[in-house]
Amino acid sequence: MEERNAIEVRELTKRYGGVTALDRVSFEVGCGEIFGLIGPDGAGKTSLFRILTTLLAPDGGSASVNGLDSVADYRQIRRQVGYMPGRFSLYADLSVEENLSFFAALFGTGIRENYDLVAPIYSQIEPFRKRRAGKLSGGMKQKLALCCALIHRPSVLFLDEPTTGVDALSRGEFWDMLDGLRRCGISILVSTPYMDEAGRCDRIALINEGRILGIDTPQGLVDGFDEGVYELSGDDMSGLLARVRAERGISGCYPFGAVHHVVAAEGFDAVAFVARIAAEGFSGVSMQCIGAGIEDVFIKKMGR
Amino acid sequence: MTRTVISVRELTKRFGDFTAVDRISFDVREGEIFGFLGANGAGKTTAMRMLCGLSYPTSGSGTVDGFDIMRDGEKIKRRIGYMSQRFSLYDDLTVRENIRLYGGIYGLGRRQTQERMEELLRRLDFMSERDTLVGSLPLGWKQKLAFSVATLHRPGVVFLDEPTGGVDPLTRRQFWEMIYEAAAGGTTVFVTTHYMDEAEYCSRVSIMADGRIRALDTPAALKREFGAATMDDVFRKIAREAKRI
Amino acid sequence: MKGFASFVKKEILHILRDRRTMLIVLLMPAVLMLLFGFAISTEVNNIDVAAVVPKRSEEVRKALERISNNPYFTYKGTVSQMDAESCLRSGFADAVVVFAPDFGVPAEARTDRRPKVQIMFDASNSNDAQTGEWYLRGVLAGESLAAAMPETRMLYNPQMKSAYNFVPGIMGLIFILICAIMTSVSIVREKENGTMEVLLVSPVRPLRIILAKMIPYFLLSCINLATIMLLARFALGMPMAGSAAGTVGLSMLYVVLALALGLFISTIADKQATALIISAMLMLLPVIMLSGMIFPIENMPEILQFVSCFIPARWYIDGLRKLMIEGLPFAEVMKEFLILLAMTAAIMAMSLKKFNDKLE
Repeated sequence: MEERNAIEVRELTKRYGGVTALDRVSFEVGCGEIFGLIGPDGAGKTSLFRILTTLLAPDGGSASVNGLDSVADYRQIRRQVGYMPGRFSLYADLSVEENLSFFAALFGTGIRENYDLVAPIYSQIEPFRKRRAGKLSGGMKQKLALCCALIHRPSVLFLDEPTTGVDALSRGEFWDMLDGLRRCGISILVSTPYMDEAGRCDRIALINEGRILGIDTPQGLVDGFDEGVYELSGDDMSGLLARVRAERGISGCYPFGAVHHVVAAEGFDAVAFVARIAAEGFSGVSMQCIGAGIEDVFIKKMGR
Repeated sequence: MTRTVISVRELTKRFGDFTAVDRISFDVREGEIFGFLGANGAGKTTAMRMLCGLSYPTSGSGTVDGFDIMRDGEKIKRRIGYMSQRFSLYDDLTVRENIRLYGGIYGLGRRQTQERMEELLRRLDFMSERDTLVGSLPLGWKQKLAFSVATLHRPGVVFLDEPTGGVDPLTRRQFWEMIYEAAAGGTTVFVTTHYMDEAEYCSRVSIMADGRIRALDTPAALKREFGAATMDDVFRKIAREAKRI
Repeated sequence: MKGFASFVKKEILHILRDRRTMLIVLLMPAVLMLLFGFAISTEVNNIDVAAVVPKRSEEVRKALERISNNPYFTYKGTVSQMDAESCLRSGFADAVVVFAPDFGVPAEARTDRRPKVQIMFDASNSNDAQTGEWYLRGVLAGESLAAAMPETRMLYNPQMKSAYNFVPGIMGLIFILICAIMTSVSIVREKENGTMEVLLVSPVRPLRIILAKMIPYFLLSCINLATIMLLARFALGMPMAGSAAGTVGLSMLYVVLALALGLFISTIADKQATALIISAMLMLLPVIMLSGMIFPIENMPEILQFVSCFIPARWYIDGLRKLMIEGLPFAEVMKEFLILLAMTAAIMAMSLKKFNDKLE
């Protein structure tokens, strides 16, 4: 079978008045791949989704889905994709079941015909099928929205920030479901502001202010980090922060959970540094070299 | 011995036969950063509303900055700061207009507002943006500004409801540095978040499930107690046991 | 078509789930009809009349009798000359009739030519005062002068019942309210909730979804039309002399026109609040002010008369008056019908052109 990309984006540009929402963005998503767009609000993720789902026309460049052009062949694209917009996009006054059967009817199909595909997800909310969608918890709404986007067996799924505002447990479950869908051969483009979710994607693009900062597998991005990252802790954490930032040869220091992350060029002597600041009166200091995480990569690339 | 700023005993809120918050008790000390976590629907928002004087508990008692949440809701509102991801500043007013507005709402004099505004703008390095409409600022800037405005009247406690949702990682860290500074200055910070790494920044963390507090301690102690490597694992273990969806 | 039926079902569910709105929509026509029909009317009723009678004569007795027998007046008794003004001020009476001592003395026997009766009226509501004064004058003139007054016959609405006049106006208003406003708000709500995005990214032409949206509102309008016509006939006793089928036909056309207007509004508004404001400014105010519902078009300055030609409700109300009140056959409202038809076509074309299946 011919190897074809599910999504191809070339030099895509979108402007709103004087604001450039997307600035020559290029990437492709392979068939059966989970591709993550990782970036904060306002990075241009939603504009990108709207162009790919044929709701917006780009100002420059091109985008194609399943080999179909997003502008010329938009009707055909609409038959083949599933879309879950960032906002709560269900009918709050309809029940779980009514929502699902409406979205099935929209594509000329029914729940029964496609039950096998949504079953692993729908079975979790089926006990509440008579409940109004507006009365569901965040995690359940998200599952229902995913079912609604899947009910017509799309080959490409667009999920715009599906996990925003959802608690950590439900988020984990959601990613497990996406793994299951990938096994069914569905290609998925998903965006998230949560950096810790990057590891669940096959490949990711870091995006900020309309520009792509880097595209690779999560491991590849981390491996490409060319400086040392150290974990630093001590009794006076805020004092340490100020002290480390004043040190030459250190390119970054920021709080990271219970510890601080220190980024320093190769050749930085952590042992000597710890001894030096201990002598200055900082107690309980410990510093060890760790690998960079996606957040470290993002922060560093943002600074460029 | 530091002062107790928030003290809650057996606080309960029922809506019909649904118990949103079920007999929760805890104390928050002055200058603490208190993380208030829980899955969606665990009862966090309801509990926070009662503490802010926005709704009355069905039973139980509590004080915020020395005022009774049953009787002195109005006084509590003057003593606290509040910021949420959804609503914080008016997009169609400029930075200065927003600050003046809040100064007015909290009864600061004209002179005092002016002084604090200048200090705030200098600290945030916002002087050049003082006449910019808030709506045209990047989200990260807005959130930093919103936090500063919420503490303009030097409240004893500041409530932050998911303050960093959708913010880039660098700004998120700058935001937490601001929280640290405020806490070091004696302001008590009560914060909810979905970012589990942020839970590690807190002095103490409580985790709610099914309307009750299931765990409350320092992040290090919680990780020991649950045999987990990160707060994320602790949270998952607790949330998985929750029955309410 | 299975898909289409399920879209209609979804819209019906939306309406049924919003009980409060549905109740308002169903009850509003009845409430408006009864309000305008009975409570709010331009007729002057229950005028309290007191009299100053310095000398009782046969003529004075007869005049007072006519006043107390007249359904428009309530006779409150006699007061002294001194109290006349204070009883107006206190609200004891709306009018005081002051008889001269020589009231009723034949003119040829009188020594002076001063009027023999004076009417004092509380004119704080000038409309009521004018109308009331006119009635009172007629009553006092009695039989002797009646012959000298021109006989006016009020055709089509012989009792001058204002309720009749309001019925076509209410219909013009209600269909705009239900079809234009509710439809546009319901479409715009989908934009606001983000569901429109999902609908657009589906193979179904969004236009079909929107047509499905119109059907329940069309049905609601039919129910309201029936309520109004039944109430007009049996509660207000309207003659409905003209063709009932014509009334229904004209109303159906107007309903379709209002639906098209709703669709048009939804293409320009992207927030429910905006849709409401546009509807209120562009629809309700002109319908109330310029359609002839309350203020007669003939009394308007020419420029407003010209503007009123572009307001569909004006033609609809005109047509209804002819059909429902004058009892003319349908052929007589052909002009109105064709104008409304042309307007419908134009608005439909405009909104379909503006409606697109993209977000921009």
